[in-house]
Amino acid sequence: MAGLTLTVVSPEREVLREEGVTLVLAPSVEGQLGILPRHAPLITQLEPGTLELRRGAETQHFSITGGFLEVMDNTVTVLADASENASEISRERAEAAREAAMRDLDEARQTHDDVMTTQARLALLRALARLRTVERARRG
Amino acid sequence: MASPLELRRRIRSVDNTRQITRAMQLVAASRMRRAQEAVQAARPYATHISGMIERLVLATGNDRLPPILQPRPIERTAFLVLTTNRGLAGPLNTNIVRTAVSEIDATSDAIEISVVVVGKKGHLALRGLYTLSAVFTDISDQPSVLDIAPVTQLLVDGYERGDFDEVRMVYPEFVNILTQQPRVVRLFPVVLPEVQQDAREADIIFEPDPASVLEALIPRFVEMTVYRAMLELAASEQSARMVAMRAATENATELIEGLRLAYNKLRQARITSEIIDIASGANALADA
Repeated sequence: MAGLTLTVVSPEREVLREEGVTLVLAPSVEGQLGILPRHAPLITQLEPGTLELRRGAETQHFSITGGFLEVMDNTVTVLADASENASEISRERAEAAREAAMRDLDEARQTHDDVMTTQARLALLRALARLRTVERARRG
Repeated sequence: MASPLELRRRIRSVDNTRQITRAMQLVAASRMRRAQEAVQAARPYATHISGMIERLVLATGNDRLPPILQPRPIERTAFLVLTTNRGLAGPLNTNIVRTAVSEIDATSDAIEISVVVVGKKGHLALRGLYTLSAVFTDISDQPSVLDIAPVTQLLVDGYERGDFDEVRMVYPEFVNILTQQPRVVRLFPVVLPEVQQDAREADIIFEPDPASVLEALIPRFVEMTVYRAMLELAASEQSARMVAMRAATENATELIEGLRLAYNKLRQARITSEIIDIASGANALADA
């Protein structure tokens, strides 16, 4: 059976292109979504979380901070807002980012700065998504 | 006539300037290459998002479009003007500002306007002319999507709230190293990608449904459009600076040549008159 082609693109670059993928697990807004080869055409919105791809026994994890996913003709395209491979994520940095975001959020709430509040909330979600990815990659 | 000492000082000073302009030229050249690569790297996302929007619009149907895509009468227009933070970039910022001003003035006769500026140069040039509703001067000249998120958020929120009914963006398009063309594009109401006449509604599953996905996707589309314009600005800035600094370096070289010639002439004249002095002195002694 022919595998899937998975491409992850962010506005800044093409993050990933993998051929012969046997399974893609993605955090859809409707819940965890599993895509096997010859999946029906699909367009869905993604939540911040972990994108997992399997090729035979090999498994890779990517942190995504939200985006969109499209399945068409055995090609899975993820339009990610930002995406990182689990092995590239530093646990300390993600942890530091989480703390910084929480501090910013507190400060923004006190000053009632709407733009800053939204920014801080998004930063927090991103940091949490990264931490989750690191966790899952470690557990395999 | 300047003294030889003065001429030597001026030569040294122009030479120092030339070293600076040449260094800036080289730095701009290497940054320009990076900026052009960033423009290239942003293309796949743009292609995919346009295709996705096309399929979503087709599936939603024109009568069920989400509010963000529904047309409404235009009573207030916002302008987003993209300029650089730093100068020494030739006529780049002047040209953007000129285009922006003529665009804004042509509009403000009929309807209310608000102006949002990116870049210190645009801020300086426009703050005396209009009331600026927001200014962003902390965006790097190698922008990331996160850098520009506050800008798009402001525009998307403002449009959704109804603060303005149209948003136009003025930015320089990078045509080639010598040409940067100021361009005006409409961000809101969103210019949807052309749906092919013969496109059929494919049997696509949408989660949760096409209208909601479309509604969530539109802010990303606008963000991508602004991000790409920022990259065009960055490439334009570096190429304009490179050209301006190359011209400055050449001018300095010419100036130095002129000064050297004047200095040498002066030195020669002094030597000649000293020889005449000595010679005529010696002659006078011999005659006596």
